[in-house]
Amino acid sequence: MTVEELRRATDPAWLATAEKQVRADPDAAGPLFARAARALGRGRLRGVPGWTAAEAGRAVLLSLLPPDHVVRLYQQGDTAERLAVLKALPLLDIGDAGVPLLHDALRANDPRLVAAALGRCATHLDAATWRQGVVKCVFMGVPLDRVDRLDERADAELAAMLTGLAEERAAAGRTMPPDAVALLTRMEKQ
Amino acid sequence: MRIFDPHIHMTSRTTDDYTAMAAHGVRAVVEPAFWLGQPRTSPGSFADYFDSLIGWEPYRASQFGIRHHATLALNPKEANDPRCRGVLDLLPRYLDKDGVVAVGEIGYDAMTPAEDEAFAAQLALAVEYELPALVHTPHRDKASGTKRSLDVVRESGIAPGRVLIDHLNEVTVGQVRDTGCWMGFSIYPETKMSPPRMVEILKEHGLERMLVNSAADWGKSDPLLTVRTAEAMLAAGFSADDVDRVLWRNPVEFYGQSQKLDLSDVEAPEATFAGSSILRGGS
Ligand SMILES: [Zn+2]
Repeated sequence: MTVEELRRATDPAWLATAEKQVRADPDAAGPLFARAARALGRGRLRGVPGWTAAEAGRAVLLSLLPPDHVVRLYQQGDTAERLAVLKALPLLDIGDAGVPLLHDALRANDPRLVAAALGRCATHLDAATWRQGVVKCVFMGVPLDRVDRLDERADAELAAMLTGLAEERAAAGRTMPPDAVALLTRMEKQ
Repeated sequence: MRIFDPHIHMTSRTTDDYTAMAAHGVRAVVEPAFWLGQPRTSPGSFADYFDSLIGWEPYRASQFGIRHHATLALNPKEANDPRCRGVLDLLPRYLDKDGVVAVGEIGYDAMTPAEDEAFAAQLALAVEYELPALVHTPHRDKASGTKRSLDVVRESGIAPGRVLIDHLNEVTVGQVRDTGCWMGFSIYPETKMSPPRMVEILKEHGLERMLVNSAADWGKSDPLLTVRTAEAMLAAGFSADDVDRVLWRNPVEFYGQSQKLDLSDVEAPEATFAGSSILRGGS
């Protein structure tokens, strides 16, 4: 997915006005970003799998902004806006300026934010934080298929943490989610 | 029976309350920003509070199949602290958010000049952001406070049909009914309004522009008093459709004027709540 593909899928009338305003004044992005779901809709975008119209429009706006503005839109956003920033991060050319946002999302208790922080944007996340995030997913019942490059990044330390969690669960008479058990099995075989 | 509580402070309530509310048919709530018992001393405290009203609390409600919207404002009591005045500058960016369906609670506490100023400024914001306004009427000196609130509303130029005057009783309902504003009644366990008194008011004044809420918060209050009022209405001979009008369709109509009320999740029963594991929180 590229910003260009998202731009082509977004309502041209809204985009023309919005892009013009943001290019003239980056601070104009706040209200446009907040209102995007009402203007563009929350429905799935045709021809662009996995994206809603609002997420696509928001990603295009973010692509016009310097890093500090991207960070501010996340910090001043509601949950849907924050999720849109996390989803757009891999498409933005802002280096690791987005990493503090991933840390913020991983501290949240809303599983949608935790899951989003471990998507494609998690590339810049250090191993220790990433492992904590994966274990938190298991805790919260977030399906592990939300975690980008799970098998590639999973290491012995993560296996040890998950084994410890499995032991605690067993002691409490509780089970582990099947996808976490499957991950441990795959790692033992390696 | 489906219930929409148009005024309840869920941040102060427990998950047991959410469970009981859901079990009794409460499917939607509006949480107005108000004071917290302990006075705040800076706009930053309000920003965090507002963030939780459009972030964490709607998520918490969704775990119980309840849709949560908010109204945001600098409340009249804290409008008197000069350290909190900056909240008025924070409001515009929050009023643009999807989950914010009105400006409120605004109005009077002790009817000071600082309250006058914050009240008028926030009614102007409601007009500018095309949002309805939720007006709290004071607990002390209520009759003259209500009259003065109506004067300020009139001077602001906001359409009366976009204003809800809340915490009314037998004494104050009459002066609001003739203005075209909506009338809110907060049902409490001991003081103020009770379900039987509410039923008498509905008999006398009709169902049009009438809203019933629990206003439950961190004080002695009961989030099921909307349900108890619905039961009292049925026992007094009102129809199930009358109950649905007062406790669902009226709040939908009032807050729907924001064009932001989104009940798609809860109007299709069991649509998304039980299904998606991503919505499961906790451990
Ligand atoms: Zn209240």
